[in-house]
Amino acid sequence: MMKREKVLIESSEVIAKDTVEMVLYSMYISDVAKPGQFIHIAVEGHTLRRPISIATVDRERETITILFKIDGSGTKQLAEYSVGKELDVIGPLGNGFPVNERDGSTILLIGGGIGVPPLYNLGKLLVKEGFNVKSILGFQTGASVFYEDYFKQLGETYVVTNDGSYGHQGFVTDVMSEVGDFDTYYSCGPIPMLKAIKERLPEKHGFLSLEERMGCGVGACYACVVKTRDEQGYKKICHDGPVFTSQEVIL
Amino acid sequence: MSIDLSVELPGLHLKNPVMPASGCFGFGREYSRFYDLSKLGAVIMKAATKEARLGNNTPRVAETSSGMLNAIGLQNPGVHKIIEEEVPFLASYDTSIIANIAGSSIEEYELVARTFNETENVHALELNISCPNVKEGGIQFGTDLNMAAKVTERVKLASRLPVYVKLSPNVSNIVEMAKAVEAAGADGLSMINTLTGMQIHLPSKRPLLANRTGGLSGPAIKPVAIRMIYEVSQHVSIPIIGMGGIETAEDVLEFLLAGASAVAVGTANFQNPFACPDIIDALPATLATYGFDSVQDAIGKGVLSL
Repeated sequence: MMKREKVLIESSEVIAKDTVEMVLYSMYISDVAKPGQFIHIAVEGHTLRRPISIATVDRERETITILFKIDGSGTKQLAEYSVGKELDVIGPLGNGFPVNERDGSTILLIGGGIGVPPLYNLGKLLVKEGFNVKSILGFQTGASVFYEDYFKQLGETYVVTNDGSYGHQGFVTDVMSEVGDFDTYYSCGPIPMLKAIKERLPEKHGFLSLEERMGCGVGACYACVVKTRDEQGYKKICHDGPVFTSQEVIL
Repeated sequence: MSIDLSVELPGLHLKNPVMPASGCFGFGREYSRFYDLSKLGAVIMKAATKEARLGNNTPRVAETSSGMLNAIGLQNPGVHKIIEEEVPFLASYDTSIIANIAGSSIEEYELVARTFNETENVHALELNISCPNVKEGGIQFGTDLNMAAKVTERVKLASRLPVYVKLSPNVSNIVEMAKAVEAAGADGLSMINTLTGMQIHLPSKRPLLANRTGGLSGPAIKPVAIRMIYEVSQHVSIPIIGMGGIETAEDVLEFLLAGASAVAVGTANFQNPFACPDIIDALPATLATYGFDSVQDAIGKGVLSL
């Protein structure tokens, strides 16, 4: 259940171009958070909170790790907050990635840019439960790459950069033919990437985690909706998602 | 000294003057997970139209200095579903329920108003003639004196409930508009709706909102709301529910002094899900600090006589 919590910044570090990794101490959120959920962070002087997905959870140390890209005044200010500061957070929000695959299945994780972090938490869980995990991580350029080593510990990992300055050149879809067979995929990243994946893998069972500009973050304001194929015609990303099956959403 | 927070308005016996604003609180379910909605003076539900509406494309929100722009586009499940599924949920709490109604024609407004006659649990209507984010209806009724008067008159005839007309600030003379809807039979006013605005997204060099324009809300518009309520309250005798950037109990007192009899809290709910109960808890001390022993006592006290 979501709660409004005060969480303490334990560490904050720039780990790639404009990308900050922040570890937050929260007994409650670290205890209940599931892979794919996010927190909604208040930034002083800003009307709206910033929704940021949870990258990892450490239940022993009672911490959660978030990664965000400095991409505007809110995230810039958040990046400037120092260790020891208390953040006003609502979370955990949304429904995480559902995991109900057959034992021994091979799972492909496909992350793009700042969509990579939530897949790490999921990947760790999948490996722990005995699944084979492969990953494709896409970034704009070599300087933006992060968590490559972490994903390599989970399994075979392909890194792609749009400008070819690191790893394979191109888009995540360009290396799909190299990864071999898999049963299910989980993906998070910009909408054009998710759209390309959906078109490339029409027959595969897949889950997409969507990003959108949010208002309340709890389902009340209808700002972050996605069109769906069901009778209702839409779902709220913050409340019904952010993870959806690739078949149900119209991107 | 105990401070009396209650307010009596047409159709509404409010235990306190604070209610969440339409469109910022859905139908209450989400915020009921944070606190007991019985704490609220009333709840103004998200706009109801005849049929379900899917709203605009995304992005639908953009942050601004001290505020935000939204262009949701009146997304709602339609009046019948609201009466069947949402009103009973809210009715389980000890609070008044106000239904916000919208439409793209006078006939649609009438039909939605009439449909709310079917439920015992709605206590007043808020007539939304000021939504800036839909192509048809909405604001076109709220910026034309004759249209505003006409839709008010017809909704009054169709409904058995008191009608609060929600005014748009996007007009050159809000006093004339207020007088026109009062003359047409409005039982109260609700003001202000959002101010039309736009934000250009630098990386794409295009309007950020898919709808291009949106409604500006939040603290940025509070002085506009105060000024308009101050002006209107001197020229009408019907009560005003004030709104526009309220975040604190001090803000509420400012609205009361300008002539509002109750207030609605909108955008503040997004930053602080406990905005309404926090304000309600702080209100008695704030009133006392400024020498008032009731909400009633403060209403219009800031208005200098003409």
